[in-house]
Amino acid sequence: METVLAVLIGIYFAASIYLMLSRHIIRLLLGAALLSNAVNLLIFTAGRLVHEVPPVVPYGLYAPEAITANPLPQALVLTAIVIAFSIFAFLLVLAMRAYQVLGTDDTDHMRIAEPIETPRPPQGY
Amino acid sequence: MAGPSDVDVDLSVAYVDATVPAADYLVALPVIAPLIMGAFLLMLRRQPHIQPMVAGITLAAVFLGNIVLALRVAESGPVFMAMGRWLPPFGISFNGDALGVFMALTSSLVALVCVVYSARSIDGDGRRYGFYPFLLLLTAGVSGAFLTADIFNLYVWFEVLLISSFGLIVLGNSHEQLDGAVKYAFLNLIATTLFLIGVGYTYGLFGTLNMADLTLRIAESPDAPTGTLMMIFVFAFAMKAAAFPLNFWLPASYHTPNIVTSAIFAALLTKVGIYALLRLGGMLFPAAFGTFQDVLLWVAILTSLLGAAGALASSDIRKMLGFLVLSGIGAMFVGIAVASPDGVHGAVLYAVHSILVMAALYLAAGVIGRMTGSFDLRSVGGLYRASPFFAAMFLILVFAISGLPPFSGFWPKVLLVRAAMTAGEAWLTAAYLLSSFIAMIAIGRVWLFAFWRNGQQEGSEVAIQPLSLADQRAFLTPIAVLVVVIVGIGIIADPAVYMAGIAAAGLFDPSAYITAISPVAP
Repeated sequence: METVLAVLIGIYFAASIYLMLSRHIIRLLLGAALLSNAVNLLIFTAGRLVHEVPPVVPYGLYAPEAITANPLPQALVLTAIVIAFSIFAFLLVLAMRAYQVLGTDDTDHMRIAEPIETPRPPQGY
Repeated sequence: MAGPSDVDVDLSVAYVDATVPAADYLVALPVIAPLIMGAFLLMLRRQPHIQPMVAGITLAAVFLGNIVLALRVAESGPVFMAMGRWLPPFGISFNGDALGVFMALTSSLVALVCVVYSARSIDGDGRRYGFYPFLLLLTAGVSGAFLTADIFNLYVWFEVLLISSFGLIVLGNSHEQLDGAVKYAFLNLIATTLFLIGVGYTYGLFGTLNMADLTLRIAESPDAPTGTLMMIFVFAFAMKAAAFPLNFWLPASYHTPNIVTSAIFAALLTKVGIYALLRLGGMLFPAAFGTFQDVLLWVAILTSLLGAAGALASSDIRKMLGFLVLSGIGAMFVGIAVASPDGVHGAVLYAVHSILVMAALYLAAGVIGRMTGSFDLRSVGGLYRASPFFAAMFLILVFAISGLPPFSGFWPKVLLVRAAMTAGEAWLTAAYLLSSFIAMIAIGRVWLFAFWRNGQQEGSEVAIQPLSLADQRAFLTPIAVLVVVIVGIGIIADPAVYMAGIAAAGLFDPSAYITAISPVAP
């Protein structure tokens, strides 16, 4: 199961990097969403994938009897999902506003903050 | 990772019943106070006139708390506090050592000064849309990143300060800001996501997230693939710190928002990246970090030169300052690349100096823009005649950022040059000195054109709007406070140099950082 997920995570990363190499903001957005999911899956898988074994230590013992999934990475993923989700929501609105205002979603044409023809500083006093 | 079978201690003793001493809450105060007061300010949306007052009092309290904390750390070593009564390495804890506390102290001073400045420069709209809550949240995020003892918690604080910086950078909603914010947001998001990947792998390899615990376990397992981990971390933090070739988001966005926002960003955000690199590279993964010295050497050379050259080529004062931030990052990377105690000492001191000077320069640029109505070098002028006091302060800042004595930039420069020379890196030394020389020409030119020259480039007189008395109080006082500190560090260098020294020593010998958690550890 871990192997299958590892391959899937690899595909996720590849797809997200491919999308983020695009000049179009909408693809960047999809790439960012895929990237955060890839990372979440990565951490989730790193914490072992075990079926139906509760990570509970029986009374009188110091460690669980069977191999269990590590619950901590799952807690980390939960935090990361919330953060990634809220940031994605912000990026979505930002991208839409930028598209409305700048009239393009091609990053090559988003040059208002950095115009191509910037004036040179004075050459002499 | 330690398997479940070889555990032979009763881990339930890790749960403590003892109350945390009240004095130890001091290390969490810089995080808790801004968080609570930021939430409180959200409720004061309809009373914009009292918001700066509340934010100012909060940050003043945080600043005072940080002073007490710094004195305590300087006297008796790192201050530790366990949250939620779970002992390390289980609970999330705060561990303020000299490095973290020194950076937190400086950033709280800058945040406080910026709030004073903002009282007259952020209008009702900015306040209603949440400038002050965002600012406090940002301060909480920055302090949290400096003081936390948990690597995943560090990631969370990165996200906290990232989200609040998103809020600040689009505040005002101009076309320029949206354009800059898109680039800022995407690149910083990728950087923090990379950091998260690194954190996940670190936990997978070592089974712990507590930084003191990690330091021990990494030292115990030389065969672990820490080089790969460090690659991810170096990439993520270099992107955060805007080091070449990952720097392009900074000059694209830092000149767009309100000048107070720019000042806070330039002062604090990139330094968090530097701090994380020092903490993780210097303390947690020293062996793996050592293999990156050659790369970091070139990063340092290229960042400092690119920043200086960009500053020389910019006509907009705010853009020029953005490039100066870059050349400062290059200087800090000089110390990080050399990685000797002297080098890190210089890098820490430079970070503190840069926090103060960059904030002061941006705030001063705001005053230039307000008085002359322009940020363009071609159309400013006549400020010396209008306000000799302001001109003198700006000249001090010019000297300070160029690293001339007797101002705060001189001491880190001495340390960095000495460290680079001792390490035998002649090219690094040359590049650093050349870059700070070019940066001096660039910033000196601002003084020449904006203050010394009376007319514009075409020769026509600049119509100066003199500051009213209230404006002078509101805008020049904060800059004057920073200038006093900058001169103070330059002349009475001992406290700052000592603090940076124990901060650097704490990275090379983390035993105090580790034993700070041991009195309560099982």
